[in-house]
Amino acid sequence: MNRIVLSLLLLLLGLPYYTEAQSKLDSVQHIIEVVITAPQSSSKAIIPAQQLEGEQLKALNSLSVADAIRYFAGVQIKDYGGVGGLKTVNVRSMGTNHMGVFYDGIQLGNAQNGQIDLGKFSLDNIESISLYNGQKSDIFQPARDYGSSGSIYLKFRRPHFTSDEKEHWKATFRTGSFDLLNPSVLYERKLTKNINASFNAEYIYSSGKYKFRYKRVLPSNGEVAYDTSAIRRNGDIHALRLESGLYGQMQDGHWELKAYYYDSERGIPGAIVNNRWMNSQRQWDTNFFIQGGWRKMVTERYDLMLKLKYANDEMRYLNPDTTLMFIDNTFLQQEAYASLAQKYQLTDWWDISFSSDLQWNWLRSNVAGLVYPTRRSTLVALASALDLGKFKSQASVLGTFINEKINSDNEQSASSAPNKEEITPAVFFSYAPFNNHNLTFRAFYKHIFRMPTFNDLYYTDIGNIKLEPEYTHQYNLGFKYLKNTMDRILAHWDIQMDVYYNEITNKIVAVPKGSGMYRWMMMNLGKVEIRGIDAVAATTFNLPYDILLNMKGTYTYQKAQDFTHRKNPELEKTTWGGQIPYIPWHSGSFTTTAVYRSWQFNYSFVYVGERYHNSANISENYEQPWYTNDMSVFKTLAINNWNLKMSLEVNNLLNQDYEVVLNYPMPKRNYRLTLTLEL
Amino acid sequence: MNRILLLLKNLILSTLLWSCRDDVELFLSEEIIELTPPEDTGGYKGFYLLNEGNMGSNKSTLDYYNFNTATYSRNIYAEKNPEVPKELGDVGNDVQIYGSKLYAVINVSNKIEVMDAQTAKRIGQIEIPNCRYIQFDGPYAYVTSYAGPVEINPDYTQLGFVAKVDTATLQVVDKCLVGFQPDELAITGGKIYVANSGGYMGAGSTDNYERTVSVIDIASFTEERRIDVEYNLHRIRADQRGNLWVSSRGDYKELPSRLFYIDTQKQMVTDTLDVPVSCCHMVGDSLYVCSVSWSYINYSNTITYAIVNTKTHKVITRNFINDGTEKEIEIPYGVMVHEASGDIFVSDAGNYVTPGMLYCFNRDGKKKWNVRTGDIPAHFALLK
Repeated sequence: MNRIVLSLLLLLLGLPYYTEAQSKLDSVQHIIEVVITAPQSSSKAIIPAQQLEGEQLKALNSLSVADAIRYFAGVQIKDYGGVGGLKTVNVRSMGTNHMGVFYDGIQLGNAQNGQIDLGKFSLDNIESISLYNGQKSDIFQPARDYGSSGSIYLKFRRPHFTSDEKEHWKATFRTGSFDLLNPSVLYERKLTKNINASFNAEYIYSSGKYKFRYKRVLPSNGEVAYDTSAIRRNGDIHALRLESGLYGQMQDGHWELKAYYYDSERGIPGAIVNNRWMNSQRQWDTNFFIQGGWRKMVTERYDLMLKLKYANDEMRYLNPDTTLMFIDNTFLQQEAYASLAQKYQLTDWWDISFSSDLQWNWLRSNVAGLVYPTRRSTLVALASALDLGKFKSQASVLGTFINEKINSDNEQSASSAPNKEEITPAVFFSYAPFNNHNLTFRAFYKHIFRMPTFNDLYYTDIGNIKLEPEYTHQYNLGFKYLKNTMDRILAHWDIQMDVYYNEITNKIVAVPKGSGMYRWMMMNLGKVEIRGIDAVAATTFNLPYDILLNMKGTYTYQKAQDFTHRKNPELEKTTWGGQIPYIPWHSGSFTTTAVYRSWQFNYSFVYVGERYHNSANISENYEQPWYTNDMSVFKTLAINNWNLKMSLEVNNLLNQDYEVVLNYPMPKRNYRLTLTLEL
Repeated sequence: MNRILLLLKNLILSTLLWSCRDDVELFLSEEIIELTPPEDTGGYKGFYLLNEGNMGSNKSTLDYYNFNTATYSRNIYAEKNPEVPKELGDVGNDVQIYGSKLYAVINVSNKIEVMDAQTAKRIGQIEIPNCRYIQFDGPYAYVTSYAGPVEINPDYTQLGFVAKVDTATLQVVDKCLVGFQPDELAITGGKIYVANSGGYMGAGSTDNYERTVSVIDIASFTEERRIDVEYNLHRIRADQRGNLWVSSRGDYKELPSRLFYIDTQKQMVTDTLDVPVSCCHMVGDSLYVCSVSWSYINYSNTITYAIVNTKTHKVITRNFINDGTEKEIEIPYGVMVHEASGDIFVSDAGNYVTPGMLYCFNRDGKKKWNVRTGDIPAHFALLK
């Protein structure tokens, strides 16, 4: 596989030279025709996203996308610690499987377990991160974009050239705590008047070693009961990322072609438990995808968009610990995807759209007893957008048709899950009552589901092919007010707030099965109700002495209760109405950036309030709040054509010992130095 | 404007100063009082209940029920031993009292925690990787472990062993290799009988499970024989006549869990009972058995509470709980019978990730009381 991936990449990298030598173009012409691109996000979403972009994003001391997403309201991150640790995101307590993560316009898939590890996505050259609750309320999008309870869009930097520029170089080198070595290089080139190319390579190494400490005191007198420090081990990571893209403009449209390759080896540091301070499990990931998009305004009223993707993900998990069960499993997933979206403008104020997507997922593995499933998903979405000036609305209906097959070479007795059909709606409204005030009220309702993953359905012994999808219903009401007064000291401020009620029914939970330890069966038993408030406020000040000051705060309140019925009424009492695991009632963040000439100072603060690590909200399961203070200073130097940027970051400034996930200690104070050279 | 800036400065400063969270407190035990005590204590002071805790949670905890005060104390280990880093450990798998000591086998923590039986104060620990169950004979403890020696051979699968531990020094003095993934062991007639499971190997194909009981001669501490029983063995208990009752877990698919009888004179299986077994307790001539078996037909667990007469080999009842509580228990995970009073204690592991429940029934199978336990209440040890 790796060889194919590399040759494809080389082919892509070679493209610039082919295009210069016109005669050789024919041999690759069909690739350009087939594989195409994402549109510009000239989004007409009527409920705007929470967004981090450009300098604002860089100011957050974040290495990975997961680190940056912590600064959105309504988001909870599960972080197992360290550069290589698993980091998953969960929006409005609905669970990570309900999140759609879109990379340059096309969703990242993981049919096996539904989890996208956002720790694997480097922030290097990410231009913007946008979070939409419900869905992006823009009707000109693929059907799959209607298919999640919440969506995160990651946008990679696009080449932009002024008329006399031909190429850009950018080299970055990061180093710091945990023996981090992180070089990266970006090359952008203008190939023709209408075609730009970019290539980016990044390597990350970290030993993942950090000191952590467990200290407990006696409640009676506060005396130390125990106080132990140790070094986190087996958290090392080696990762290589190669990314390359072609971006083309044409009459009334544009196209894009992208290849992505990620190869990593990492240790899985594991839970720290009594008498066991180290684990030796390893994981290898090789991810490759190639995707393209093409978009054109065919007539004044008719727009067309095509997207295609092929992804190949290989994962190997090894447990070399000879005192435990020896495991050496590999999983190979493939995905093929095609989407056609059409939009038609009926009148000046009324657009309709029709999108149809086809997607295939395959899973192969050497796990004993695991079947080889194939899923074909057909998605059709019909949507309408009304723009009556002050009042805007969008409505969409998504039809999902799932067809499952298994190749039972591996397990004769197994059968595939039955086919599924789901029709799910969403409606969005916004209303701006005043002409002279930028105040917008908004509301949405969305009903959607997540499919059981391949693991839920087929995993040896625990899988249950009778599983139904897990449903969510979301009701949201909110407003945004924004004011720009460019000539004043307080140049800009905005505030937005949403209140919401979410319901998860048919929630897929693991239920103990039969005799023997750790035997489970996945069942549609759970029910969760979430009542929450998200609030965001931001201001910009133009201060004397050319100081520009930005501040932003977010606050999230969530009451996410477990209403899962249980067979044992006595046990039900222990969990009924309990806050679900790891969801804090209160959380928030504060970030500020001050810019003075070529200097920039950033401070960011994340707070996660008290929570419980399971839905029996008793003192044994209580987790204290944690908060981190991060600071950084940037300095930019311009030398001739060169632009040199240096930054020094200090994270967890107050050296707090904390855990996001039980028994996974997080790093104490740590540092990072970044040098970026741009030409 | 300046006022706003000042406010901001103060805000930032106060955030910085305030950002020092409280020290995390150790958990103290909780007492639940006035749980009807047994009518006759039979000379016992009470019992310990070991909660396994889900893997990776480090939440194995020890509870104690005091017969005399009718008090249930939850999570006593940390309070009694506050100096032990990360408390009792991850996944308690067995608990026994021998002489004056209490032994708790903590599987993922690779140790046997040794405590004073009366006070639960720590004495020391025995380091055995992937340890499973413990039994005693003379001055020695015998512990099964999945973690046999490693050979440099990619296809080598790892045999388990029985460790011989000096109870005075808490040192492993000898090891005897047995089958794959040995679970419970029973000692009778100068021999150690070990139920081999092969649990790491059978997921793909039932043929890969172990199906034998290893017989170890105590005097020479060598394996002298294997007795063929059935795939995936788990429990093994000696009855009053020195014969053995062995359970198989089945393959979780077509092959059901069963109970087998080994005649130790003949050194072979001479009887099979159609009783699935999850947990069991031998008292007098009665073997109390709780079982949970999964049905792929109605996608639910079928639970039975049986008593087997070890003399007649007859199943006396398949429902020793009969007041309706049996319909509520989610996963019976541990059973213990207090002989003098006839009180039956059954633990419910619930969903494995949240607290379980301990039930006390009288000899007629009527509920006397119930109390919340730690996560996955499982193993009992009666204290004299």
